[in-house]
Order: sequence, then C-alpha cells, then structure tokens
Amino acid sequence: MKIASKSLGEINVDERQIITFQEGLIGFTPFTRFALLDAPQKPYFYLQSMESQELAFILVDPFLFRPDYSLDLSEELCSALGIAAPEETLILTLVTAPTDGSPVTANLMGPLVISKATRKGVQLILADPRWKTKHDVMAELAASRK
Amino acid sequence: MLILSRKINEKLVIGDGVVISIVEIRGDQVKLGIDAPKNVKVFRQEVYEAIQEENKRAAESSLQLPLLDL
Repeated sequence: MKIASKSLGEINVDERQIITFQEGLIGFTPFTRFALLDAPQKPYFYLQSMESQELAFILVDPFLFRPDYSLDLSEELCSALGIAAPEETLILTLVTAPTDGSPVTANLMGPLVISKATRKGVQLILADPRWKTKHDVMAELAASRK
Repeated sequence: MLILSRKINEKLVIGDGVVISIVEIRGDQVKLGIDAPKNVKVFRQEVYEAIQEENKRAAESSLQLPLLDL
C-alpha cells in the first residue's frame, strides 16, 4: 500500500513491514501502526507512523556500537508479543540527531522490542543503570573497537 | 488530589486489582510494594518522563546521520 512518509515522500509499504505497537511509543501513545523501513543511509532504519505522516523516528541496532548491550525479556513480554525464540526478536533503539549538530545519540534505556513473526512491538523501560537515554553513537563505536 | 495517611504494612487499593503496600519507611524514603495486573505498567515518574522527553527529541531529529563505518 502507498503511504505518505515524513522524509521519503510517498512510498510503497508491504504488509510485512508494518509493526503494531499496541501501547504506542511513550509520549506518542495514540499512534500504534508503524512501517519499518531501511533508511537511505545504512545501517539506520526509519520507523514511519502509518497514521501521521509527520511522525517518524530513526532507529539503529544498538549492538553495532555497544556489543555489551543486553536486556532481559520476561516470559510475559515474550508471550504478549508472540516471541517463541530469541532469534525471532528484533531489538532497535531510537536515535536522536539534534539539529544543532551536537552528537547523535541512541536511547538504550528505552529500546524497541519487536517480534519478527507477529510484527508486534513494544517500547521497554530498562532498570539497568548502565543504559541511559543518550549514548553517543560515534564515541561508543570508537570505544568498542579499542 | 486525594491524600490518605497510611502506616507501615497498610495498603491502598486502586480500582480493580492495583494494591499498593507501605513496605518500609526510613527517613525521607518510603518503600512501596505494588501489585498490579500485567497490563498496568508501573514506572518511576522521572524515568518515564526521561524516555518521553527523549522520544520527543528523537521525533524531531535531523536527517544528518553520522556514517557508521562498520
């Protein structure tokens, strides 16, 4: 189906790219259906709202720059999302790219957990003090290679 | 706002299925026990607000992304 996207104009979206966040994202709870798209620049993704053209997020795989990233998925969560095996899980984090040019950060405290099988997702809030709302992506990528 | 006084080990019931117990009081800190149905999410307010704020900033992101040389 065709949808109007924030930064890619009108695009074609396959049903299999649509993720349902039943509870929405925190602060954006009315919006529950999003298309997960490859951003023009790898390895980023866009999470485009199906309900509001102006609402889109940039996502990145946190393990790319934080190989030590970890989170526990409760059985309740797995059953709510329909996750039967770890490899069915997609973990992505929201990217903040400030318009003033300050460092691009990723929110590792509030990751998105998505089931590849059911395409249901949720935004978690992690209690682990290692994971903050702002992780400098470039700095931590450099640090992970030392 | 409804304000109620409770003693240690006393409880509050909110709606159908949310029970808050006063577990410990020490100085200016109170430990609460919360029993709630799975669909009721419980967060520390400052943590919830931090995520909410960061989500808002993320939604206003520039499309200028750094090249991740992977």
